[in-house]
Amino acid sequence: MSQKVFIAFQDNDNARYLVEAVMQDNPEAEVQHQPAMIRIEAEKRLVINRETMEETLGREWDVQEMLIDVISIGGNVDEDDDHFILQWN
Amino acid sequence: MAIKNKKLNLKDKYQYLTRDMAWEPTYQKKEDIYPDEQFEGIKITDWSQWEDPFRLTMDAYWKYQAEKEKKLYAIFDAFAQNNGHQNITDARYVNALKLFLSGVSPLEYAAFQGYARVGRQFSGAGARVACQMQAIDELRHSQTQQHAMSHYNKHFNGLHDAAHQHDRIWFLSVPKSFFDDARSAGPFEFLTAISFSFEYVLTNLLFVPFMSGAAYNGDMATVTFGFSAQSDEARHMTLGLEVIKFILEQHEDNVPIIQRWIDKWFWRGFRLLSLVGMMMDYMLPNKVMSWAEAWEVYYEQNGGALFKDLERYGIRPPKYQDVANAAKNHVSHQAWSTFYQYSQATNFHTWMPEEEEMTWLSEKYPETFDKYYRARFEHWDKEHKEGRRFYNNTLPQLCQVCQIPVIFTEKDDPSVFSHRQIKHDGERYHFCSDGCCDIFKNEPVKYIQAWLPVHQIYQGNCGGADVATVVEKYYHINPGVDNMEYHGSPDHQRWLDIKGLKPLKSNNEKKTAA
Repeated sequence: MSQKVFIAFQDNDNARYLVEAVMQDNPEAEVQHQPAMIRIEAEKRLVINRETMEETLGREWDVQEMLIDVISIGGNVDEDDDHFILQWN
Repeated sequence: MAIKNKKLNLKDKYQYLTRDMAWEPTYQKKEDIYPDEQFEGIKITDWSQWEDPFRLTMDAYWKYQAEKEKKLYAIFDAFAQNNGHQNITDARYVNALKLFLSGVSPLEYAAFQGYARVGRQFSGAGARVACQMQAIDELRHSQTQQHAMSHYNKHFNGLHDAAHQHDRIWFLSVPKSFFDDARSAGPFEFLTAISFSFEYVLTNLLFVPFMSGAAYNGDMATVTFGFSAQSDEARHMTLGLEVIKFILEQHEDNVPIIQRWIDKWFWRGFRLLSLVGMMMDYMLPNKVMSWAEAWEVYYEQNGGALFKDLERYGIRPPKYQDVANAAKNHVSHQAWSTFYQYSQATNFHTWMPEEEEMTWLSEKYPETFDKYYRARFEHWDKEHKEGRRFYNNTLPQLCQVCQIPVIFTEKDDPSVFSHRQIKHDGERYHFCSDGCCDIFKNEPVKYIQAWLPVHQIYQGNCGGADVATVVEKYYHINPGVDNMEYHGSPDHQRWLDIKGLKPLKSNNEKKTAA
């Protein structure tokens, strides 16, 4: 059976960079645009890397900044200073 | 000497500011300090195993919450200053907000009280901090929702007394009793009910597609509070999953207890969400996705992945999940039919879908809408147009557990009402389903105490002997203004005025009976 993890962001200026960074690090992920929100899903695992986000944004970025724009998530969360990972075992 | 990296990393910071702030009691016994931790039978051997994956500390919490609030209130101001209510798709939409304000926002407050209470009951510092943050979040949600919707209260009817109505109106006993049930349980059942079953498994269905729908209907204030609340919800959901994994890993004796709670709270949550199904399919003029589609994505797909993940602990998907999955094509139609018939006793208006909305429903529900519901709706529409708007004057039989009228049908036969009954201690009790009947059988002493609105009206405990008196005096609904058919209501008239379809009257007071 397919086991999708997902993350949904508010469709705003910050989210554009988040989506760009997520797609760089998870090329197999699928982006779905819905009114006012962007939902990204992937099989089993999705990662957001601080380094990629900082390159995309052109400034320092704290992984916890994501808390402001996230709407929902599905999957086990593993977060530290360098990444935010969603996964199913 | 220059200190290169004086900033603590996330894991250390969390350790220092959360766990290391706690202490072991010396002159009082732990079980005296945390008396509720034992009686449910849950065995915790090592609280230090509790993980908060977000590793949020209080300083970071305030920083990010403050930023969220500033953004949110800037938008509320802009919405109000620019008369945002004039830019929604249609004033029928506002009725979904009336239901939200009286049915959902008080639950946020109940959740605040619940987390504040159970946070005190855990001897583990990680759990206490997580509950404390969530309690503050829930209070924020209750407040921001009331602030967002207060603008609508200036322009539309029915939003004037939500807290009073939440405690009294017949159908609002459905959400109210859900949270009262959870809050009167022990601390671990409360977390399983609200953090896991409700927040993790089911709230996406309430806050994600419905809020996206608010955006699609031009309601800037609601989508903003909705998504601002959801940004907290993402944390709550993560907590919900961690709670379950933590309890299951602590002791194998916990597994059957948790399974019974998951079965119970999935079913209770599924029944509660019938209201949201109806909001999505019938109360959003511009539609994002059908209730059935939302159920497929957010329960069947996401819930399926979740329960597969939990298999390794010996947890199976909730009992009667098959009944719930089959019901996705029926519940919204059955719920809307009921509210349409009983709109003389609701704090919002109802209506029959317009022809293009019926077409949309036929497309989204190819197996069920035309076959079971369209003819009834067309009949009611015709009756209304001929001056005989249908109101049902018989009070319905309520389910003893979920408190919803016994309106849902059998899984294998949508032409037969699902109705169960059992005798307990010489009294007969009625249920909408096997799911609710099982819940009663496990804890009859709790549910025989249910405050069932219909019974209470008949017993004379709701301010009067007839529905009209109860509605006006006890519920604080203004008859002919807040309730009944939308078309021809003062809200409808006001909307036509706003849209310039009829000249604006010089005295456009909002509360004028049709």
